[in-house]
Amino acid sequence: MEKIYSHPKSLVDVTTHYCPGCGHGLIHKLVCQVIDELGIREKTIAIAPVGCAVLAYDYWDFDTTEAAHGRACAVATGLKRVQPDKIIFTYQGDGDLAAIGTAETIHAANRGENITIIFVNNGIYGMTGGQMAPTTLAGQKTATTPSGRNPAGFEGHPLKLLEMLAVLPAVAYLERTAITSPKSVLNVKRAIKEAFKNQIENKGFSMVEVISPCPTYWSKSPGESLKWIEQEVIKTYPLGRIK
Amino acid sequence: MENKKILMTGNEAIAEAAIQAGCRFYAGYPITPQNEIPAYFAKRMPEVNGTFIQAESELAAINMVFGASAAGKRAMTSSSSPGISLKQEGISYLSGCELPAVIVNVMRGGPGLGNIGPSQGDYFQATKGGGHGDYHIIVLAPSSVQEAFDLTVSAFDLADIYRMPAMILVDGLLGQMMEPLHVTTSPSHQVTSKPWALTGAKNRKPNIIRSLYLADGALEEFNNKLQKKYSSIAEKEVIFESYKNADCEVLIVSYGMPARISVGAIDNLRKSGLKAGLFRPVSLWPFPKKDLAQVGKNKKILVVEMSSGQMIEDVMLSLDGKCRVEFLGRTGGEIPSEEEIIAKIKGMYGKNI
Repeated sequence: MEKIYSHPKSLVDVTTHYCPGCGHGLIHKLVCQVIDELGIREKTIAIAPVGCAVLAYDYWDFDTTEAAHGRACAVATGLKRVQPDKIIFTYQGDGDLAAIGTAETIHAANRGENITIIFVNNGIYGMTGGQMAPTTLAGQKTATTPSGRNPAGFEGHPLKLLEMLAVLPAVAYLERTAITSPKSVLNVKRAIKEAFKNQIENKGFSMVEVISPCPTYWSKSPGESLKWIEQEVIKTYPLGRIK
Repeated sequence: MENKKILMTGNEAIAEAAIQAGCRFYAGYPITPQNEIPAYFAKRMPEVNGTFIQAESELAAINMVFGASAAGKRAMTSSSSPGISLKQEGISYLSGCELPAVIVNVMRGGPGLGNIGPSQGDYFQATKGGGHGDYHIIVLAPSSVQEAFDLTVSAFDLADIYRMPAMILVDGLLGQMMEPLHVTTSPSHQVTSKPWALTGAKNRKPNIIRSLYLADGALEEFNNKLQKKYSSIAEKEVIFESYKNADCEVLIVSYGMPARISVGAIDNLRKSGLKAGLFRPVSLWPFPKKDLAQVGKNKKILVVEMSSGQMIEDVMLSLDGKCRVEFLGRTGGEIPSEEEIIAKIKGMYGKNI
């Protein structure tokens, strides 16, 4: 019988440290499936973020470096410029990419660095205990917004980084996706594949945002978390191709 | 450029030395008084198929260097004092990940924005780690344009051999000043094998570059490894220069440009029969402790710095309380004059210390 589905080669067969219902494990798998399908494992170099996914190199079977918090796009720039034949991608959370690393992200995009960014947006700082992220929804309760994020109270509006990047001429591809259902998971994979293919074809800066659940710090069950993305989160962060 | 002398600023000499040492990646951000370095690379890198990037910040620049170094390439950044403060995060990560890199600090007056005059106010920052965590970087302090060139080549070699950052520490005076330079094109000691580099996991297990150690005891084990490496460097890589110090009664300890000014003062003092000499640390980390203890024995010591007294602490530690140590320092972009040094030494004779 023909084997039509198996564990991705690029994904190490171990149990992850992620919380039940967390999106990281699934997104790791999708990235690895794409890398396998494109046959690029031996020339892929990843940049792991500071945040819950810093240990991604325990699960990925390709070269990986850590980067300081927020600096992944600068590290990726250095790695790619000195070996343009390699495939370089960063895997970053919202705090990493859209708060402390905003400058590095915007300027790598503006230079048109030929790299791929997987932006995992769960609207919260998971590793440090559920503090407000730049992407936290208005009204959302977190450890540092106990009454709910109040944009009128100088706590900031949910930051839409993809929409900000869309105005930059050197950006090749921006798409926002969410992992909430089998159908949407396939869509996330399609978008990730496009972002990697763009790099192979030298098209320039490509970023896929994946809205991903954090049941632990959303204080919701895994099932409720997925519903909350579909019913609430995507009102603030509409899905689809932005550029 | 083979075998002929050319006129260059210290900043340009450092940049050309990097090219000769095989550095093909530079990222930096504008700040005075080191702007000649990025401008030189902007022109020169394309000629050697290298990469020049004007980064959006010092943070980005040092992290681009991190990326290029992680790929196994020789990479460099440069800045001046306030910018070097910003790079400290990256220098700590480079140290924690055991990545080689060369960082140039063309020091200016501080603290804060300070001014753009020459200074040696960053000695503590450079030699005691600078960023967070228990680490050192190799720090080399030239006092001429030729030496700036030669030490920059050495810095790349040392960084590769020991897998750690190395810094060229000069003041704005040396960065800006022109002198004849012999550009040596002989290849430096290239460490060609970097099996740890991120080049793609082809026919090998994946390489991981990290500074995170969560398992019990793992981080202490890593720190012990670093300290062992530092001890070995302290044994093997000390550099210093002596000038007329065999018979001297007053020994000046000074580095960089003030050391050069001290040479003039020493020659003048000797004309009037006062026997002065110089001990010039060239490697500031590792500091030439044992050699200074030897040379400084039974001598009156004067430390001359363009700071309010930073290297003097290492001098006193080296001498271990056995000599009285006097200090002459200027700050805020001011330079100690030969006359000031002469007057200070004459005063020391008068006090008969």
